[in-house]
Amino acid sequence: MKQLQIHPAKVYTHNPSLDVIKKIGLSFVGIGVLGFLVSLTNITKSNPFLFFLLSFGLVTLGALIFFLPQIKESPSGVKNNNIFFNSFTSRQAGGWTLGIIITGFYVLLYWFPETLTNWVRLVDPLSYWLRNKAADRWFLYGSFYTLAVLVMGTRMLIKKRHNKYQILRTLSVMFFQLGFAFLIPALLLRLNQPEHYFTYFWPLKYDYLFPYTVDSLIKSGGLGYFMVFWGIIMSFIATPVLSYFFGKRWYCSWVCGCGGLAETAGDPFRQLSDKSLKAWKIERWMIYSVLVFIVVTTVLVWLNFIYHGSLLGSLSSGFSKTYGFLIGAVFSGVIGVGFYPIMGNRVWCRFGCPMAAILGILQKKKSKFRITTNGSQCISCGNCSTYCEMGIDVRSYAQRQENIVRASCVGCGICAEVCPRGVLKLENDSADIRFNRNIS
Amino acid sequence: MEHLVIIGNGIAGITTARNVRKMSDMKITVISAETEYFFSRTALMYIFMGHMKFEHTKPYEDWFWKKNKINLVYGKVVNVNTDSNLVCLQDGQCITYDKLVVATGSVSNKFGWPGQDLPGVQGLYSYQDLELLEENVKYTNHAVIIGGGLIGIELAEMLHTRGIIVTFVIRENLYWDNILPQEDAALVSRHILEHGIGLKSATNLKEILAGNNGRVCAITTDKGEKIECQFVGLTPGVSPNISLIKKTKIETNRGVLVNEYFETNIPNVYAAGDCVEIKATEEGERNRFEQLWYTGKMHGEVLAKTICGKRTKYERGIWFNSAKFLDLEYQTYGFVSNVKREGENNFYWVHNSGKHSINMVFKTDTRELVGINVFGIRMRQAVFENWIREKRTIEYILENLGEANFDPEFFKKYEEEIIAKFNEENPGSGLKLKTKKFNIKKFITKISV
Repeated sequence: MKQLQIHPAKVYTHNPSLDVIKKIGLSFVGIGVLGFLVSLTNITKSNPFLFFLLSFGLVTLGALIFFLPQIKESPSGVKNNNIFFNSFTSRQAGGWTLGIIITGFYVLLYWFPETLTNWVRLVDPLSYWLRNKAADRWFLYGSFYTLAVLVMGTRMLIKKRHNKYQILRTLSVMFFQLGFAFLIPALLLRLNQPEHYFTYFWPLKYDYLFPYTVDSLIKSGGLGYFMVFWGIIMSFIATPVLSYFFGKRWYCSWVCGCGGLAETAGDPFRQLSDKSLKAWKIERWMIYSVLVFIVVTTVLVWLNFIYHGSLLGSLSSGFSKTYGFLIGAVFSGVIGVGFYPIMGNRVWCRFGCPMAAILGILQKKKSKFRITTNGSQCISCGNCSTYCEMGIDVRSYAQRQENIVRASCVGCGICAEVCPRGVLKLENDSADIRFNRNIS
Repeated sequence: MEHLVIIGNGIAGITTARNVRKMSDMKITVISAETEYFFSRTALMYIFMGHMKFEHTKPYEDWFWKKNKINLVYGKVVNVNTDSNLVCLQDGQCITYDKLVVATGSVSNKFGWPGQDLPGVQGLYSYQDLELLEENVKYTNHAVIIGGGLIGIELAEMLHTRGIIVTFVIRENLYWDNILPQEDAALVSRHILEHGIGLKSATNLKEILAGNNGRVCAITTDKGEKIECQFVGLTPGVSPNISLIKKTKIETNRGVLVNEYFETNIPNVYAAGDCVEIKATEEGERNRFEQLWYTGKMHGEVLAKTICGKRTKYERGIWFNSAKFLDLEYQTYGFVSNVKREGENNFYWVHNSGKHSINMVFKTDTRELVGINVFGIRMRQAVFENWIREKRTIEYILENLGEANFDPEFFKKYEEEIIAKFNEENPGSGLKLKTKKFNIKKFITKISV
């Protein structure tokens, strides 16, 4: 018998120099973290830009140096190796530590902003350059947020370089975060216009349809009128129409900033979502309660506005303050992001977001979107369920040969990607035949 | 109340139990010595690679079984007495059954190689094998895998992710070319080498050698080579696990002998899944072994009907299977032989990246499709089943290939390129891509006509 005569174009063998490069990258990240710690002191006053480079700059550079060698390490494909052995991504000591650090940052940002004064100073040069005014804590937060989406988005682009759906989706959330949630609002301020985020709508950005926001926008002139008009159109017309054609994903995993952070910075934690039936029950109670809460609050503040505060003065402001604190700050911020390493990257989107609740109802009741199950090819391995960030037990449908039509699905497409048998496909097709109970 | 006892909580046993429960309220007991709860055997590799934890491989939550009144017994069956309808466990407990299902699965093959039972030598089939593997890799820098099947490639990938140098030793010239046509086997072989996994083809294992510590230290081959290694994976296939049943009056050969209703020679005793040998019904046909996840599931579904009083014959539908070789997905529909059969021809297309290909086998006279192997492109099972059932010609299928595409949105489509290759090879055929997209309404109307 003759020996094998097959020569691949490239052979990926273990390359120690790549390990060295990755270690250099990690060292930069480490020094950058030290840079952040040092920058908590008054030392930043002397040269904010220098310390900006030593903190933001080094962490970014280091992370990119760490991610890039992956391209040369192995052929592109589903590489979820060691995720459940890694302390940070398997809810072990690393994960808890990270969770506490992020949660702590949010607590400081919301309720003890004075502790972050020197960090705010770091982004002053950037703020002046972009907005022609001094930075504040929200600009600091926006800078962190945008950078996280961009850097971890790059990681996602490298990790998913074999999958065009993931590449386009990641580019999309990076674009919307950088452009619509960072640069455009800054530019508006520079032009003495209201700072406005065109990719956030009521009820996620609940105060955009509160009377005082609407009032002040209209008073600000032409562009303000457009902002109000845009918000109403997006909330009440574009949302149902786009959801009909594409499902919830047009927003949640392609445009939304919360989704953008979850899909990039949160990607290493997607496997930590709870898939149990119990979690699903809790999810439904919570998310629709939040929706009812914000609808009631909105109605109350408008009634109060119409009746000039004579009728419901303290009641409506009580509602709106409670919502702002409990849901706006604690839930969407502190828990929503701080708990990524504990409960997965979509805690807020799954249990709290009222926009997701509305989109979910639309997706479930009237949409062309579904995840198709390919015949009887499921081997029940569980990759799809494990990597579903929304905690959907995808496998339970796939192994029954049923399509997946669930209110919570954000259409990230990872279930289809990790399926080792090509069983799942996200698609838009006839809205009335979605569940696949007609064909076997 | 009738009592159904099932030995084995793999896919065949559990599918039987679940489907019986849907149709009947009889008492159901499932016995297993492997794990307390049903898990997906196909996912063992992902636990080892850190993609999942064991709990993720359980398709049903633990409360499911009690809720559906499926009684689970975690213990080893040591004896089955078909005269007194008793199943006895190692702990002395005996369970009386009215109906018995044997679904004991497979065991890894060992062909009497010297040293095959040394520490550091193992197969990969059960949860216990996975635990043993975790222990064995502690000693391993270099692993050798013997036998180039689907489990072999999985084991190679698993070890590779732990930074272990893997050498794959296969009897065949190319990986799995006893099943795959040459072009396909070459494609997968190239893919294996690209990942930095060594492939020694046309080589047979001669002997496994022990080192001073009593563990495996090397193998020798029929080529006179000696390969140093601290681990040997034996994956030359599996055989029905009949060690328990052999001692009973239930008839066995290489597997538990059953007819097409999964009935054994003893009334009210059935067998399903990997462990069965289905008796040939026609002259010249051979007894069948079906040792796939899919067939185990189908066996269970059919057997459940028979147990519930609706005696149902097992008829395999149009054949399908799938696998993933490292990063390369593979699907097959219909029948593709590794060597061209009489009266058949094939059309082969491969993308110049070497990561996507289709191999379509058709009858030379009627030109109807016999089967397709596809790598790196996902295809819709229902569409291909329908085409094969309707005896569609290769020309028709190529022109409508877009309908079968199941790749994620935005993925590059290859239909035009495939058709161009066909037209080039068959001057005058002038095929044009007609259907570019699947449409569920059209499809349902078509299959219901």
